[in-house]
Amino acid sequence: MNKTLIIIKREYLTRVRKRSFIVLTLLIPFLFIGLAALTGLIAVGGSTGDKKIAVLDNSGGVFEKNLKASKHVHYVFMHGTLDSLKHNLDKKKYDALLYIPGIDKDLNFQLLYNEQIGITTEARITDDLNDIVRNERMKAAGISSEQLKVIEAESISLKVTNIQDGKESSNATAMIIGYACGFLLYMFMLFYGMSVMRSVMEEKTNRIAEIIVSSVRPFQLMLGKIIGVALVGLTQVLIWIVLFGLFAAIGIPMMTGGMAMQVDPASMNEAASQATDSAKMMQILHALQGTNWWLIAICFLFYFLGGYFLYAALFAAVGSLVNEDPQESGQYTLPITIPIILGFVMMSSAIGNPNSGIAIFGSIFPLTSPIVMMARLPFGVAADHPEQLIASMLCLVGGFFATTWMAGKIYRTGILMYGKKISLKEAGKWLMRK
Amino acid sequence: MLLSVKNLKKYYATQKAVDDISFDIAQGSIFGLLGPNGAGKSTLLRMVTGIFYPDSGQVLFNGEAFDMLKHVGEMGYMPEERGLYKKMKIGEQALYLAQLRGLSRAEAEKRSKDWFARLDMNSWWDKKVEDLSKGMSQKLQFVTTVIHNPKLLILDEPFSGLDPVNANVLKDEIFRLAKEGTTVIFSTHRMEQVEEICDHIILVNQGKKILDGTVKQVRQDFKENVFSITLERAPTALPEGIEVMKQQDNTLVFHLKEGESANGVLQYFIGQGYMVGAFSEILPSLNDIFIRLVQGTAAARAFQEV
Repeated sequence: MNKTLIIIKREYLTRVRKRSFIVLTLLIPFLFIGLAALTGLIAVGGSTGDKKIAVLDNSGGVFEKNLKASKHVHYVFMHGTLDSLKHNLDKKKYDALLYIPGIDKDLNFQLLYNEQIGITTEARITDDLNDIVRNERMKAAGISSEQLKVIEAESISLKVTNIQDGKESSNATAMIIGYACGFLLYMFMLFYGMSVMRSVMEEKTNRIAEIIVSSVRPFQLMLGKIIGVALVGLTQVLIWIVLFGLFAAIGIPMMTGGMAMQVDPASMNEAASQATDSAKMMQILHALQGTNWWLIAICFLFYFLGGYFLYAALFAAVGSLVNEDPQESGQYTLPITIPIILGFVMMSSAIGNPNSGIAIFGSIFPLTSPIVMMARLPFGVAADHPEQLIASMLCLVGGFFATTWMAGKIYRTGILMYGKKISLKEAGKWLMRK
Repeated sequence: MLLSVKNLKKYYATQKAVDDISFDIAQGSIFGLLGPNGAGKSTLLRMVTGIFYPDSGQVLFNGEAFDMLKHVGEMGYMPEERGLYKKMKIGEQALYLAQLRGLSRAEAEKRSKDWFARLDMNSWWDKKVEDLSKGMSQKLQFVTTVIHNPKLLILDEPFSGLDPVNANVLKDEIFRLAKEGTTVIFSTHRMEQVEEICDHIILVNQGKKILDGTVKQVRQDFKENVFSITLERAPTALPEGIEVMKQQDNTLVFHLKEGESANGVLQYFIGQGYMVGAFSEILPSLNDIFIRLVQGTAAARAFQEV
């Protein structure tokens, strides 16, 4: 059997057999879902209970007639003077006191609270009041309530279509896919790159490196390690795809079924807003179907492997430079992590403007191209500028060969150097040796 | 010759680690590579094993240019700094290293089992290296070095860290392998082991070979005409031409001056009517020779311009 294969096999098996691999692979999707749910929860965290607002209406009953309870906010109308209510308001029953001075001239509404009611509730109350004031003004201007309904019902939907192939697209969808792909690649490159580095450091400090390289070329050892870890990454992705497939096949129908029953046609307003929401959802779903998944999948695989190989070689070289002191590694990894982080920053910019100069540069420059190009792809780069995609791929392959060649030179010397701290300048000199 | 090293050179930025060294090793011999710390032994061995490329010079293995990938199965190398994967199971580790040396998995498994049985290591198979003591992992290291039956076995300080019992176990294995035709290169700075084990030695200092020969020959070459004589009683007078170095009761250790013969000394004592109980020449130990040759050169190599 080929020696590199033996090394790949060992690197792969020792990692996959570890308990931590199995646990992490199964846990990470749940962690992500949990994280998403948590952020969702925190975002709507303000409305953890319904607010009850006492209202003192001095407008002559206009608000009392029109101000209806909406989501999470209930209004209870009171009578008396502002001062007496201020003092006698039941703190346990009401969260705040809303004072309405009138509807014609004086529009200095006041909200007096015992405890902060939060920005969401505040915005909702302002909206409710504004609606009523506007309606009253329209009535005063002579617009009937039927006309009003017609005005309000009008809501547009913007369909975005590619001129050339007539395919529908959605920037929102592209953004989601772009972010997801870019972020995944960023994670993979950092995580597995570091894994390669740690493993090289371990072999060096364990001193087994010298024994192995008396049987195989250092380059074979490095390559075997990099490929072995890549296979571990692919295995992980495969497991996630299978998990996601199972979830899609079993989980989603259950959830959407549940949602359909929950739809509550209570208030017209909400139903209307839901209608536009679902129209938007339909548009996104439509665009998802319109997205060229094959292209994205193939490119993802290409950039995943290309980007990983490029960085893993660099990480391996860094690992070979580190001595016993693991703290040293930080100093050497910085020049490698900076371009990865830079790629991440460029990705955010590229998603905002997929054809800007910086996006084009970032998606061709091999150190950032995996992340940035993956983020641009859903915006149709492949169809609009195929030459950029080809240039990016060629540069990545070239970059991969260049870094692997460099890393091989540094690695084979570094892995046998002990004691002395190696400066990057010195490591640079090793590149020139035969 | 199994191994011929010709004019090997390796210069580092600050020193000449190996500076024009040549030697030959005959098939089946035990060859001692001696030298003080930092003499360049490890660098020399790394070039012989193909880990380093020499700056110039040649290594011939069985008469052909040495190529690590081609001769990987015929060489076993145990470096001074031992190394094993700490978290890997011992059995798997032996199999892995044997496969890297070119054995098939089945063959590797069979031989590992044999070796483990011979050195009482059977119970270790599923343990991890981190569970082993230093001496135990040393034994394992040795097994992984010889498992593929190399023609040339290179051992760099094989006994360091071993207790006398385990050192003897290892020594016996080395002798057994040598008897079966394995050539052994044995690098050390522990002279008593060399005298006991090696046939042929070279001494390296500051990157240069300063001594080459069989153990017997080297000791002859460095003899200083020192003899020991035991008489029935302590002598009252001494012959011309000797210089007593030590006297213990009736035993004299003396240095024979240039131009005098041992027979003359014997004749003198016999003529005086002494009974001679014992007479022998004292050859210098390798340790003495080593110290004499190395002493005076800077203990730690000074950095020099190349």
